[in-house]
Amino acid sequence: MMEIFSWLNDLLNLAEPNSTLAPRLDTLHWQVFALTMTIFFVLFGAMLGLFIKYRRKSPAQVTEIFHPPLWLEAAFILVPFLVFMTWFTIGFRDFVWSRNAPPDAMDVYVQGKKWMWKFSYPDGPNMIDTLRVPAGRPVRLLITSRDVIHSFFAPNMRVKQDALPGRYTETWFEAQRPGVFPIFCAEYCGLNHSTMIGNVVVMDPKEFDAWVDDSKRNTYASRIDMNPGMSEKQSTMIEMGAKLTLTKGCARCHSVDDDNAALPNTLGPTWVGLYRSQRKFADGTTGIADEAYLTRSMMDPMFNIVEGYPPLMPSYQGVLQSGEAAAIAEYIKTLRKDSPTKLGAR
Amino acid sequence: MSDTATVEGITPGSPAPHEYTPEEINPAYTPAKHYLNQGTTLKSWLTTIDHKRIAMMYLATVIATLFLGGVFALLMRVELLTPGPGIMDAQSYNRAFSLHGVIMVFLFMIPAIPGVFGNFMLPLMIGAKDVAFPRLNLMTYYVYITGAALAIWGMWNGGVDTGWTFYAPYSTTTISNVVPTLIGAFVVGLSSILTGLNFMVTVHTLRAPGLTWTKMPLFVWAIYGTAAVQVLATPVIGLVVLLVAAESAFSFGLFDPARGGDPLLMQHLFWFYSHPAVYIMVLPAMGVISEVIATFSRRQIFGYKMLAGSTLGIALVGFFVWGHHMFVAGQSTFNAGVFGVLTMLVGVFTAIKVFNWVMTLYKGAIEFSTPFAYAVGFLYFIIFGGMTGIALALVSLDIHWHDTYFVVAHFHFVMVGSVIMGFLAALHYWWPKMTGKMYSEKWGLVGSVFIFLGFNVTFVPQFLLGNAGMPRRYYQYPEQFRNLHVISTAGAFLLLAGFLLIAGILIESLLARRAAGNNPWLSKGYEWATTSPPDMHNFHEVPVMTEGPHAYETPMKKAEAHHG
Repeated sequence: MMEIFSWLNDLLNLAEPNSTLAPRLDTLHWQVFALTMTIFFVLFGAMLGLFIKYRRKSPAQVTEIFHPPLWLEAAFILVPFLVFMTWFTIGFRDFVWSRNAPPDAMDVYVQGKKWMWKFSYPDGPNMIDTLRVPAGRPVRLLITSRDVIHSFFAPNMRVKQDALPGRYTETWFEAQRPGVFPIFCAEYCGLNHSTMIGNVVVMDPKEFDAWVDDSKRNTYASRIDMNPGMSEKQSTMIEMGAKLTLTKGCARCHSVDDDNAALPNTLGPTWVGLYRSQRKFADGTTGIADEAYLTRSMMDPMFNIVEGYPPLMPSYQGVLQSGEAAAIAEYIKTLRKDSPTKLGAR
Repeated sequence: MSDTATVEGITPGSPAPHEYTPEEINPAYTPAKHYLNQGTTLKSWLTTIDHKRIAMMYLATVIATLFLGGVFALLMRVELLTPGPGIMDAQSYNRAFSLHGVIMVFLFMIPAIPGVFGNFMLPLMIGAKDVAFPRLNLMTYYVYITGAALAIWGMWNGGVDTGWTFYAPYSTTTISNVVPTLIGAFVVGLSSILTGLNFMVTVHTLRAPGLTWTKMPLFVWAIYGTAAVQVLATPVIGLVVLLVAAESAFSFGLFDPARGGDPLLMQHLFWFYSHPAVYIMVLPAMGVISEVIATFSRRQIFGYKMLAGSTLGIALVGFFVWGHHMFVAGQSTFNAGVFGVLTMLVGVFTAIKVFNWVMTLYKGAIEFSTPFAYAVGFLYFIIFGGMTGIALALVSLDIHWHDTYFVVAHFHFVMVGSVIMGFLAALHYWWPKMTGKMYSEKWGLVGSVFIFLGFNVTFVPQFLLGNAGMPRRYYQYPEQFRNLHVISTAGAFLLLAGFLLIAGILIESLLARRAAGNNPWLSKGYEWATTSPPDMHNFHEVPVMTEGPHAYETPMKKAEAHHG
């Protein structure tokens, strides 16, 4: 069976598959390819037969009129409709699956910028153009852009997601085997679009854990604890988020610990337990506080005001860089009701 | 054949059908006076309000734009022979694919079939003297020329490097000057709206006595459906290009997230036009194929009402599928699902057409002539291009293929392949009517083989490149993609050879002066009922349509069967 799969992949010149999504897509691809070829050979075979059988005998030949029977017209509509919808059901099911990361997925922040990729681990280092991931574990990518639209594309993982400025999009994948695989920018972004190429380094899970520990140690060793002058490069995203919460004035209205959460005079909703919670808005609608919601609330606070709070918050558009917004979001994610530690809880 | 007196709306005493003189029935007959030789000065051409002369001016213009767009395609293909830098730098490459896209989409494919064959054939096919607004028709041509000149000048000087899609915020922040080209696209859009308006009114008001809606030739239906899309969708692209131009020039912040704008809004608006625009290009080609298949299989078209209905169906559903260009662009999963399902409906309507065309051959009397060869090529490209389109609309598969060479190959198959096949089928089918001259049938077939092979050798490797993960709009590429790029470039030159051959064949037909006669294909189509080339006023008397345009179940009238 495996030989047939790899033979079909070679025939179609598909990039070597290395994710749990790839077999789903490739199987559907083969089915569509096989049926397309069948339709082609049946239709063109039939046409060839008709060309020969019904070739013209005299220049002004008369042909009898033929009214198509109703069942045939119905078949012309129903057969393609049913085939297309069956495929669509499979394809859309896989698409939904590819859009919803498992809850235990590891997060990596991806930032596109003319013409490089930056990968940030919530409690680890920042990497340029190299994304290190463990084999056999799901990885969720939270993607944004510093300038124009880019698109994160890892052909071997069959993963692609556009990176939009001012907004977070997400996707996920689970690589299966260690190795080095390319990342391309798939959305045209200017002069050096074609050199905006990176690598996914898929590592053995144990080696990956060792690498994370090692880089954490290095980061901690080289930083001065909570030094206000500490640069972005040296601190983890969570530490940076905690610092920004103070320096940008977030904490004036939003409480970040359980003690103040119940105070009646707080101007904004508490951040404790905020992440992934159900929000009820003043206009009666509801929503889940995911990364996209958190980012949008910073940039465009008036789009949805949480019920019971005054519409006071100013926009942080242009005040926060996209990396800073991500750091604050990452900090908010650590603030859980059941969590004794506020910093680096993950 | 029914008596004229029994046709609805016709009273006895209507003008009788034109009686042909023995001279006119001669297969080598060319009328002494026709639209081409009534006024031969440049001024008589440039100020003409005759739809046939305007059509010929469109023909000359779209051939020039096809040539210009083709030159840039070839320059790109030569650059892509090597993985690294070749004959040009990255900036020139980015400009070359932008020029290629803008010229081919806005200046060739959208006006090609409606501008040339719609203008020439629509009045003939409905038995009218001209389109409803002849002066507006001439103005439309000049609006198109103005827009085209502005767009090309802008690209030459400003060096647009955004691709034909003008995605914000890149297009609004690039250092190249995009404003003149955007204004040019706006002006060309205006000409497209005017064309659509003129054709719609023409179909509604100028049909000859007896020509009911269900007797209209399928090409007329196709032009009618296209006109509806042109009138309804084109204002949106006008809006988009003006917004992008305003944003570029004055920085309003409409698409800039740093100031509360939304870059995805631009994509939604852009594709709200540019997807229906695909049907502005493809529907007329489908109309041509219906006519050609009926004529060369001498067959009442199978499922006439289904074909006409599916034309309107595509025109309608085409408005609600734009989001399938944005599956991974950041729209919601739910939206992706809805746009995917609606896209399947376009596939169903197209499948209906394909089955009906193939069934038309059944019990026909088939002559495998040059226009028919292009129609078969059209079926090939619509089947493979259409099926790859269905595959892309399965949403999950698009994750891998989006913005790769697979998509490039897909739309060059389904959109360019069908438009080129439809255009060449129309050109060969109606050439004798338009010029009164006949080309070499044998060389015509050779030309079609070149085009068919050239297209396949160019774009099949691009499907495979996309599967391997090669993104589009790449100036440089990793070494492993090289072989397929070399094959693709070879195919592009085969295509060039094919086009040059066709040009040679058609020019030879004019020089050799082989008269075509009124109806060389023995077609029952209404446009063949007049002389070749047609008279200045199309018909000598108002024609009365007593039978359908593909009524091959009745013998040819003596006047029509002048071959024997």
